[in-house]
Amino acid sequence: MAENDKIIDEVVANDYKYGFTTNIEQEFAAVGLSEDTVRFISAKKEEPEWMLEWRLKAYKAWLKMEQPKWQNVHFPEIDFQSIIYYAAQKKKKVINSLDDVDPEIRNTYDKLGIPIQEQKLLAGVAVDYVMDSESVITTFRESLKEKGIIFCSISEAIRVQPELVKKYLGSVVPQRDNYYAALNSAVFSDGSFVYIPKGVRCPMELSTYFRINAENTGQFERTLIIADEGSYVSYLEGCTAPMRDENQLHAAVVELVTHDNAEIKYSTVQNWYPGDKEGKGGIYNFVTKRGICQGKNSKISWTQVETGSAITWKYPSCILKGDNSIGEFYSVAVTNNYQQADTGTKMIHIGKNTKSRIVSKGISAGKSQNSYRGQVQVHRTADNAYNSSQCDSLLIGDKCGAHTFPYLEIKNSTGKVEHEATTSKIGEDLLFYCNQRGLTNEEAVSMIINGYCKEVFKQLPMEFMVEAQKLLSISLEGSVG
Amino acid sequence: MLSIKNLNVGIAEKQILKDFNLEIKPGEIHAIMGPNGTGKSTLASTLAGKEDYEVLSGEVTFNGKNLLEMSADERAREGVFLAFQYPVEIPGVSTTNFMKAAVNAKRKHQGLEPMDAKDFLKLMREKMALVEMNKEFTSRSVNEGFSGGEKKRNEIFQMAMLEPTLCLLDETDSGLDIDALRIVANGVNKLRDDKRSFLVITHYQRLLNYIVPDYVHVMYGGKIVKSGGKELALKLEEQGYDWIKEENSELV
Repeated sequence: MAENDKIIDEVVANDYKYGFTTNIEQEFAAVGLSEDTVRFISAKKEEPEWMLEWRLKAYKAWLKMEQPKWQNVHFPEIDFQSIIYYAAQKKKKVINSLDDVDPEIRNTYDKLGIPIQEQKLLAGVAVDYVMDSESVITTFRESLKEKGIIFCSISEAIRVQPELVKKYLGSVVPQRDNYYAALNSAVFSDGSFVYIPKGVRCPMELSTYFRINAENTGQFERTLIIADEGSYVSYLEGCTAPMRDENQLHAAVVELVTHDNAEIKYSTVQNWYPGDKEGKGGIYNFVTKRGICQGKNSKISWTQVETGSAITWKYPSCILKGDNSIGEFYSVAVTNNYQQADTGTKMIHIGKNTKSRIVSKGISAGKSQNSYRGQVQVHRTADNAYNSSQCDSLLIGDKCGAHTFPYLEIKNSTGKVEHEATTSKIGEDLLFYCNQRGLTNEEAVSMIINGYCKEVFKQLPMEFMVEAQKLLSISLEGSVG
Repeated sequence: MLSIKNLNVGIAEKQILKDFNLEIKPGEIHAIMGPNGTGKSTLASTLAGKEDYEVLSGEVTFNGKNLLEMSADERAREGVFLAFQYPVEIPGVSTTNFMKAAVNAKRKHQGLEPMDAKDFLKLMREKMALVEMNKEFTSRSVNEGFSGGEKKRNEIFQMAMLEPTLCLLDETDSGLDIDALRIVANGVNKLRDDKRSFLVITHYQRLLNYIVPDYVHVMYGGKIVKSGGKELALKLEEQGYDWIKEENSELV
């Protein structure tokens, strides 16, 4: 058995290949958080007065709130006065085309394998590139504009689309929703804004790539996606960060709104720096993601592949308000070494004949802890609601943990709720079987895990499915050997 | 091609194989019979490189190389194939994908490019026919929800795909009805040639009516106590193992 332990130790040991930093001149807000910080950020963004008021309201709410403690993750108290809340490129010029992007930044995205070039590789995917506190560039804007689709940074939307932003910002995740959402509302710096007009099917995948670069800096991005009646959009976010010894905070808020017969498909491939093998450093990924199916027959589908971050703490949720609306949550969460994850979803059934489906695959290796936490609420009004939940945990080695916390609140007797959970191990017999067919332990583990997660992967757009499979293999490299 | 000399193997502090010796030449079929608990499966698992089995002493040479120095996956890529007594299920991984990975791992080892998709599917069809396997098998997850007979057929199918030089069949006949037994045995027979050798482990003579061995060995107490031609299997079928046990009572 000692042999097997060694094998497992080897596959779990991995290297993070996105850990470099970009050398650009940046300007920062003063360290710490005060009303002045909020005013500084708002001024930097040249925001209108109403936006500043909105932020200050959030800041005042945050001051009175306390950090939640109920989650199954453990970390030292965060000192919010030691964080820098704004970091942006110093030499600003108006960016009219791709050629205007700082070569260092272009280089960064090249290294990440997502070149800022519309005609190459990501043909068919429009990307908003966000580094630290600002959006660098958004590609394919013109061709989207022809269809009436707005895809830009949230800072720009606040200036150019104030009515839309005023109407929807905070409508799904209010300022005082929770501690980190309040913090985000006060200091968020950038993120993406998407509006799909009535009856338009967005012709390409929209994507935002988030990159933390600066040291001691928190990233607080804000994303808002609105799908008007009968529209459809598929959106993907990816993220990485340099390797640093200290922990960095990433507290984002994502809000989705679908009107009648509209659909949003939101996919995340999260690969923030997870910390080193001893658990030093890494990103604290504390995120509030929520969508509301406002209209009837609308649909919101979350798919997430979470491999990075020292701590992942998030529950992409759906409020199923419109009759016949559908919410879906497909998740693969991988933890290795000392990573911790407490993730899952909330499905809130309000409208009639609403349906939700949850498929969660947790994979734990090394000394990591992986928790699924999910809530299904069926309100009195939600006649004939239906939920099916499937939560599977896979353990690699015997030093990691998997936990499942399902919560059900059913207030309407016509509802039907199904919950299924399994826990399994990659046993020696399975590894030996694969070895005997000529596969190394790493090849075997990668194949087994990709098979295990197939149901979730097939929800991802094709090119990202391949990416996710590779990422999974890399994250578990060394977990069996 | 396979030479086992004075092999001693233990598991969890208990010695199972005791000074075991066996020579197999290219193209030969050797059957190993014997009562329960005499070390037949230990022999197969040890040759395949399962780590639970500890080699205490002895030598195993396979095609001129020291087999005991290789990891299980290296042995497989070098041409050792074990048809498992209890094949494992791999949820979510189709037989096609599993075989593609295995075939290409072997090709990489031989310095060859991965097989292109068209050739691979052609090969799959060819080998599926050997064990009368339906096409739908290959899109299902490996062994998941397969009957006992289907699992064993799948083992022989994989063997055909990987074209090993040494095939170890560990009680491939157990749990098979007469039709499945015939299909499995036919598959094996079609794979016989003058370079490929077989070590067939079985409790029953029945399988050897279909797969006719060159040599039959009887194992008892961790070693071979009697060797002969195929007629030895018939004698065992008739008389059972009691006479073997009596002749070798000092071994246990």
